[in-house]
Amino acid sequence: MVKEIERAGIPVVHVCTVTPISMTVGANRIVPAIAIPHPLGNPALDHDEEKALRRKIVEKALKALSTPVDGQTIF
Amino acid sequence: MIKVVHYINQFFAQIGGEEMASYKAELRVGEVLGPGLALKAGFKGEAEIVATIVCGDSYFNENLEQAKADILEMVKSQKPDLFIAGPAFNAGRYGVACGTICAEVQEKLGIPVITGMYVENPGADMFKKDVYMISTKNSAAGMKAAVDKMVPLALKLVRKERIGTAAQEGYIPNGVRVNFFEEERGSKRAVDMLLKKLAGKEFVTEYPMPSFDRVEPNPPVKDISKAKIALVTSGGICPKGNPDHIESSNATRYGEYDITGVTDLTSDTYETAHGGYDPVYANEDADRVLPVDVLRDMEKEGKIGSLYHFFYTTTGNGTAVASAKKFADEFAPKLKADGVDAVILTST
Amino acid sequence: MRLELGSIFIKDIQFASELKIESGTLYVSKDALRQVVLEDEKIKGVEFDIAKPGESVRITPVKDVIEPRVKVEGRGGIFPGVIAPVDTVGEGKTYALKGMAVVTAGKIVGFQEGVIDMTGKGAQYTPFSQTLNLVMVCEPVDNIKQHDYEQAVRLAGFRVAVKLGELAKDLTPDETRVYETPTIKEGFTMYPGLPRVAYVQMLQSQGLLHDTYVYGVDAKKIVPTILNPTEVMDGAIISGNCVSACDKNPTYVHLNNPVVHDLFDEHGKTINFVCQIITNENVYLADKQRSSDWTAKLCKMLDLDGVIVSQEGFGNPDTDLIMNCKKIEAEGVKTVIITDEYAGRDGKSQSLADADAAADAVVTGGNANEVIILPKLDKVIGTLDYITRIAGASDKTVLEDGSLEVELQVITGATNETGFTKLSAR
Repeated sequence: MVKEIERAGIPVVHVCTVTPISMTVGANRIVPAIAIPHPLGNPALDHDEEKALRRKIVEKALKALSTPVDGQTIF
Repeated sequence: MIKVVHYINQFFAQIGGEEMASYKAELRVGEVLGPGLALKAGFKGEAEIVATIVCGDSYFNENLEQAKADILEMVKSQKPDLFIAGPAFNAGRYGVACGTICAEVQEKLGIPVITGMYVENPGADMFKKDVYMISTKNSAAGMKAAVDKMVPLALKLVRKERIGTAAQEGYIPNGVRVNFFEEERGSKRAVDMLLKKLAGKEFVTEYPMPSFDRVEPNPPVKDISKAKIALVTSGGICPKGNPDHIESSNATRYGEYDITGVTDLTSDTYETAHGGYDPVYANEDADRVLPVDVLRDMEKEGKIGSLYHFFYTTTGNGTAVASAKKFADEFAPKLKADGVDAVILTST
Repeated sequence: MRLELGSIFIKDIQFASELKIESGTLYVSKDALRQVVLEDEKIKGVEFDIAKPGESVRITPVKDVIEPRVKVEGRGGIFPGVIAPVDTVGEGKTYALKGMAVVTAGKIVGFQEGVIDMTGKGAQYTPFSQTLNLVMVCEPVDNIKQHDYEQAVRLAGFRVAVKLGELAKDLTPDETRVYETPTIKEGFTMYPGLPRVAYVQMLQSQGLLHDTYVYGVDAKKIVPTILNPTEVMDGAIISGNCVSACDKNPTYVHLNNPVVHDLFDEHGKTINFVCQIITNENVYLADKQRSSDWTAKLCKMLDLDGVIVSQEGFGNPDTDLIMNCKKIEAEGVKTVIITDEYAGRDGKSQSLADADAAADAVVTGGNANEVIILPKLDKVIGTLDYITRIAGASDKTVLEDGSLEVELQVITGATNETGFTKLSAR
């Protein structure tokens, strides 16, 4: 899906745990996530800590979207 | 009786060689010519060639649209159950013509088609993914061998029987993966393959690694605090109860859900349809997969312009690449039209 | 390490008042086995049934398939660290009840339990249409959590299998085979000219309902390590798995791991079968990196010439598979990998989620997305209530005439990635 969104002319960031798959499928902006069952969370943390962690990843994703890239880049 | 229309070029119709290559397409009802005789013998009365279409190779390729349209009408007029072109062996323009017209007939008339050619014929690469083509020798000396394979495969296609692998049926590999039962179990085949690899002997992999296509990155978003951001996920997040029945694996559909006014995804309202990972965490709090809560906060704080009012979702669990591509082909133009500046796609 | 494996062929299973094996017939007392199952207070009830090859019977949702075995001589017991106390197994003498299996079934746990058809088209695809199956359908207590339920049924299956295995302790096996591997140093002297080969087995370890246990240890908490290949024959590895039915390894497959057996067939003739290396398929990238690094490191340290790598499951484990292959090949060790494919219903899509040129020798268990129609069968053991929710099915699965349109995914063992069956694709 990531390539078709990019092809449509919209910058896209792929937030995922298994970045090698993201590289293989051809995402250009990649932000690593926490774990497969909870990419933007960590059930071991309490609610506020977890949300802060999620906020950090989202901020990183937005930063990736504002950064020019040449080719596939893991942020 | 299965009715067949057969397509051949000017050479095999014994009209002439290169000097007659501009021969215009012509329908000969009730005639069986050249290779058609071998096909007829092969069919042993199970199918009948009701007409032969003859067309010069140059004429076909130089007047492509006209030739396609004319030949299509000729085929249609005979109401056949099957269309056969060639075999073309290593004749380049003939191969391209066979592939082109087979693909056209298959698409427009919806009847089974088959052709045959040498693997290096340019027509092979162009059309092997679209139509079944028997792999032939590089000259007409291979006519009998070609017909021996074309006939059984053609009959299977008409009868809608299961088509075996390229090696079993003799067609040029078309990239379609086909299951079949091997003689030996997989572990034994792996041991045998390893022994060959260790000995430096030739071995054949059962799955050649593909090459992946790439797309150029778009320029970045200039001002993220003004940007409209959309969320997309392959983590299967959907409203509780999975209203659109997105499959837990190999999804054939995706969901488009309105999150206007939603500030937080709770266990009462959202869940995951994904069957490939432990769903407990996502069911407890779907923000762990689709960060709506954080983006709403940032929207309020003016860190982003806005969060797009739809999100798109499917399960990326064993879901065919072609399906995922189709989903995004459908919704991406919508995002573009609605002025979405950037997308965050999350995967599990 | 040397293990003598005796086969006791079971030719029939019948319900009776007493538990016993006599002239190849297993007599099952439901009451005796019910007691064994109900030892666990999380299980409210259990029904037993028998499914024989060729009968018009469908078993679903299938959780695990287990072959009863018993330790006759040597250290430890079957399923060490789970049923028997922790002790290293794989030596001495073990008997197996051949031609039968214990199948655990019951209310669905996750999305990914399977179907076993004893006849018809589906029977061609599952190896367990060929075994006499003693099916136990377990009912959990109310309001039980998914993973507690999974664990309770899993352990009940092992307790029953062990109970049945023990009936064979004093019998004389119909057939005996010896499996023996030397130590590292002995191996060099015994087989100086033979290539040194190991089996790298990837164990599904993605999370609560996608787990495998090694001597009772959750495989996601292991780092790659070495086993003697006979250890699995005593139940060192067990399944706790709800990944797609077609390509998870039921405990039966661990006990009868075909790669282990086929490498033993060549052992001392064309290869020196050095050991089994086990690794996992975790959900954190760092774990994937560490485990594949270590697997490659072990291959190097053991001076291996070649390995066979088998995967379990699909999707992100494809990355573990490719990482293992790439890194092991980079150490100069020749690699063959066994996987299966998700090429779409039409077979036209990318088969694996990851790829690399180093993976030039691949054995495939076939395309799990292929659609087949399973005929309506006379009897269902378990329930069809969840059939549309199993991975590989959909809300369109049940056709008007009662037959089922499903992907091969739903069939237990159909595209097994240890090469347990003959299905393949090109």
